[in-house]
Amino acid sequence: MADALLKVAGLQAWYGESHILHGVGFEVGRGELVTLLGRNGAGKTTTLKSVMGIVEKRAGSVTFEGRETVGHPSDEIARQGIGYCPEERGIFSSLNVEENLLLPPAVKAGGMSLAEIYQLFPNLWERRRSQGTKLSGGEQQMLAIGRILRTGATLLLLDEPTEGLAPVIVQRIGEIIRQLKGRGFTILLVEQNFHFAATVADRHYVMEDGKVVDMMVSADVQQNIGKLQAYLGV
Amino acid sequence: MAQVALGLVNGAFYAMLSLGLAVIFGMLNVINFTHGAQFMMGAFAAWLLLGMLDVPFWASLVLAPLIVGLFGVIIERLLLKRIYHLDHLYGFLLTFGMALIIEGLFQWKWGSSGAPYPAPITGGTDLGFMIMPTYRLFVVVAALVICLATWYGIERTRLGAYLRAATENPTLVRAFGINVPRLITLTYGLGVALAALAGVLAAPIQQVSALMGTNLVLVVFAVVVIGGMGSIMGSIVTGFGLGLIEGLTKVYYPPASNTVIFVVMALVLLVKPAGLFGQAK
Repeated sequence: MADALLKVAGLQAWYGESHILHGVGFEVGRGELVTLLGRNGAGKTTTLKSVMGIVEKRAGSVTFEGRETVGHPSDEIARQGIGYCPEERGIFSSLNVEENLLLPPAVKAGGMSLAEIYQLFPNLWERRRSQGTKLSGGEQQMLAIGRILRTGATLLLLDEPTEGLAPVIVQRIGEIIRQLKGRGFTILLVEQNFHFAATVADRHYVMEDGKVVDMMVSADVQQNIGKLQAYLGV
Repeated sequence: MAQVALGLVNGAFYAMLSLGLAVIFGMLNVINFTHGAQFMMGAFAAWLLLGMLDVPFWASLVLAPLIVGLFGVIIERLLLKRIYHLDHLYGFLLTFGMALIIEGLFQWKWGSSGAPYPAPITGGTDLGFMIMPTYRLFVVVAALVICLATWYGIERTRLGAYLRAATENPTLVRAFGINVPRLITLTYGLGVALAALAGVLAAPIQQVSALMGTNLVLVVFAVVVIGGMGSIMGSIVTGFGLGLIEGLTKVYYPPASNTVIFVVMALVLLVKPAGLFGQAK
């Protein structure tokens, strides 16, 4: 791909002594929405954490805008323009909603304003003085996404934003993710729910045992549904 | 009533010192047993600045915490940062060992008998029920201002939000682009500077001596435990509160005044093991 914003090649990662990623490779083009699909334990979350530099023991290559990030600490990687929304959401209980939103420092110009974020998530405006962890699961997910939109990050890493949420909220999150893509954000999404993934993404990478084993574009998902179901074990 | 007022003076020191400990513990997860030695260093810095360079008390109030705080920053960079991933026990051994070394060095150089520091404010103020040395009154007010300013800085500012968030989840805060290791260094420097500031304030009241922090810090650890580890408001309220309780005990049953704080600690731990303001983890 000519204009790959994120390029991952031969990425290996370890948690202590256990070897989790065995040479992961994929690319995300500028403005593209790409998912990592796979069963539990396939290494999707570890891949995001390795891209972010949270998993420190890693080898191989991860370039963002052509710059190598492996070997750099996570704060430096974030300041290059990557926003991270963790699976466990990571809302801070000692901060209220607005403080949570304002926490990640701006890393580049061109982020959304607080007003725009509240417009996208009216619930957060209503509850801006509440303790962050007093929100419902769906609201916490919106807060976790909302707070990385302000920073000017161009690549968003979203780790299972629909996990454990009611179908109506999942739908709402889907709309928001499509809006973000419309605004020009590049998004790397980790999902278990491939029905959801198919409705928002351009392309899908399938992971198994710490490796990327297949890639398909969203248009082909219907034809390959059998293969995909075999991969995901559903 | 007079004892109550004097209790407040002690409480002022308890509050300032336990506040520094709480700030450090919250962020570093290390119980800083060097705190008493750093308190003493603050007093000594003021005393040396006065004796050698003729620096007045008011300038020392700013300079001494800066100097000792910088010393704290060096300690953190050089030693403490190597033990965060280890068991609490190593933090205890390291900070306790440093306290012994520092106090030993000061004792070796300046002996342990202590030197007086002239009070910068003389005279007394009539409070109606007693005449209180004006300087002690100043200490109580200054401590209140310092404590509330620290509380405000941590609970109401952007930098404070970073601190609180990093206390909860340093990994994620770092993944947002904040240089958490530097934040930790600054926090330790701030906590140490608070101890030194208390030391400067104590210099005119106590003798400036190598072991002046040892006894005080013992009580302060009890205060921290009662208030709840790492709780900012907890340590302020408990610090002043226990100063008062100690003062009152001196009136009603003097022999118990040295132990009353530890009795309170035992009772609090029985009822609320996380401390009055602490949150169980």
